[in-house]
Amino acid sequence: MNNFKPQIVAFCCSNCASSAANVAEGMKKALPDNVKIIQIPCTGRVEILHLLKPFEEGADGVYVAGCQEDSCQYVSGIAKAIKRVTHVKKILEELSIEPDRLNVFNLSAGKGQEFVEVAYEMVNKVKELGPFLQA
Amino acid sequence: MSEYKSGSNLEKVLRAGHFAFTGECGPPQGANVEHLKEKAGHLKGCVDAVNVTDNQTAVVRMSSWAASIILLQEGLEPNFQMVCRDRNRLAIQSDILGVYSLGIRDMLCLSGDHQKFGNHPEAKNVFDIDSMQLIHTVKTMRDEGKFLNGQDIDAPPELFIGAASNPFAEPFDFRVYRLAKKISAGADFIQTQCIYNMDKFREFIKRAVDMGLHEKCYILAGVTPMKSVGMALYMAKQVPGMDVPDTLIKRLRGAGKGKVAEEGIKFALEQIEEFKEMEGVAGVHLMAIEWEHKVPEIAERAGMLPRPTV
Amino acid sequence: MIVAEPKPIKELLEMVKDFNRILVVGCKGCVTVCNVGGAKEVAILASSIRISRKKMGQEIEVGEHTLERQCDPEYVDELKDMICDYDAVISIACGVGPQFLSERYPSSKIFPGVNTQFMGGAEEHGIWSERCAGCGTCVVHYFGGLCPIARCSKSLLNGPCGGSANGKCEISKDVECIWDLIVRKMMEQDRLDELIEFKPPKSWITARDGGPRRMIREELVK
Repeated sequence: MNNFKPQIVAFCCSNCASSAANVAEGMKKALPDNVKIIQIPCTGRVEILHLLKPFEEGADGVYVAGCQEDSCQYVSGIAKAIKRVTHVKKILEELSIEPDRLNVFNLSAGKGQEFVEVAYEMVNKVKELGPFLQA
Repeated sequence: MSEYKSGSNLEKVLRAGHFAFTGECGPPQGANVEHLKEKAGHLKGCVDAVNVTDNQTAVVRMSSWAASIILLQEGLEPNFQMVCRDRNRLAIQSDILGVYSLGIRDMLCLSGDHQKFGNHPEAKNVFDIDSMQLIHTVKTMRDEGKFLNGQDIDAPPELFIGAASNPFAEPFDFRVYRLAKKISAGADFIQTQCIYNMDKFREFIKRAVDMGLHEKCYILAGVTPMKSVGMALYMAKQVPGMDVPDTLIKRLRGAGKGKVAEEGIKFALEQIEEFKEMEGVAGVHLMAIEWEHKVPEIAERAGMLPRPTV
Repeated sequence: MIVAEPKPIKELLEMVKDFNRILVVGCKGCVTVCNVGGAKEVAILASSIRISRKKMGQEIEVGEHTLERQCDPEYVDELKDMICDYDAVISIACGVGPQFLSERYPSSKIFPGVNTQFMGGAEEHGIWSERCAGCGTCVVHYFGGLCPIARCSKSLLNGPCGGSANGKCEISKDVECIWDLIVRKMMEQDRLDELIEFKPPKSWITARDGGPRRMIREELVK
């Protein structure tokens, strides 16, 4: 179990989360290499299907990293993302899959430390849950 | 005799100009005939007619027509209630003929509480016709001797037709017009929803009197004594279309432990005193819910005894 | 439009548990508009089924196809070359869809993927409500353009009943009392006299009560 290296897909808002990633890089804080970042212009663009597809392809966890709710450049992008994540969590539950494999985080452009922290938080959480597909 | 529409005791009492007094009795949730007889027994001699509810609040009970017949056998006059929720026009008309044939002479026409409230919320409802159309159906059957399809009835049912009115439901301004509509559809008497907000009722009855409705129909004011503060709060918050003023709740609270029920009865007695003098009110309909044994006392203290024989 | 809601995925998975080649068929009509049965939802359902089977370590093939409409034979025909490749078909159109598929493809096993709710419209994005009961004889002009048959809990033609309070129906604070709206509108338009007129019992012959309905328009029949 300890050797288990979960595959995680992260949908990151290019305005906040990705800037935070740059800051993190500047701080020489490395992201775990098993987190695959997909940069998107706004988390409001993340659709239900986008959240499901990684699981279909064998990912162990998925998360969305977007703005604070009051600072979304497109006003309600992150709010929409939160609603969709909540909805897909329900779908996962119906499929007998732990809803904790999916999550959403509110970040800020300057907070590189936090960006790395949520990645580790997600990795650790999914590690606890074990592989999505049992060998 | 032929001048009467049905010749029921209630009709005779009202026609003679007496202040009418009717009661209510809910059939049992089972076939406990003795319990029904016992409850009804309290009302004997105290009221001019007893409303027999029809699966009230959409809870299954002994059928209202059967319970009405039992009351009839016990020497009481039933006011048979019928709701449109559970029957289509075929069942409605055949039940009307049936109850009349067995001696029932008063009938109250209602739409019925939605089944969502009751103990069979999964049920399919009917509502083929509404209460207004039910009133009109009974009148057509009685006065024209015709079924809803226009076909002749060999021996028409002669029933004294009742309807309900809730002065406290909304929109308030339309309520008196809906009452007028029920009267022109054929209602001979009206029993109102329980009254607690006297100011609003005074306004309502004034409007009815201004329209002359009290001359076309007997209006009986609904009274339900409060048994407890809990009941008052439940009525105020949970029962749609019920208007319980805060002042009454305060008054009941102020009565002190063990004296709330008496305070509730006192309020009811004050109401009845006022109704006796109120223009447009022809009587009182006392709905002592699961409190039938208190009816003789209330009737006595309200000066309603003995009941007139006409 | 006809408004529907998705069936719980659990229920659907149980329905098709014995099949390994499943075709999910959407419809570009009403169910696309109410976001329950269009191409997008076909993809979501298909993906969900794949995820579930993958999790159970089972082989699965889920096909996706969305028809222009499932209520017209010419479009339903489109499936004729692919439907035989699947041993179960889930239609996520309204209740008409699975039946048209069943009739056209008698040997296929057809399953409904949505619960059809009512004829209505969108109050706003994500919120729909009922407007029409399909009684077959429209009478909304008597009621200020509003339908008490579809929208009054008791379908009263001479309402409102005694349960109307604060503009809400007695059955729930979430249900508006349509009679409250009718009365207010008619009074505003100074049409009280029309409202006081007794509305006789309605003939339900043209409604579902008269038996399953069929309509023939000779001028259109080829």
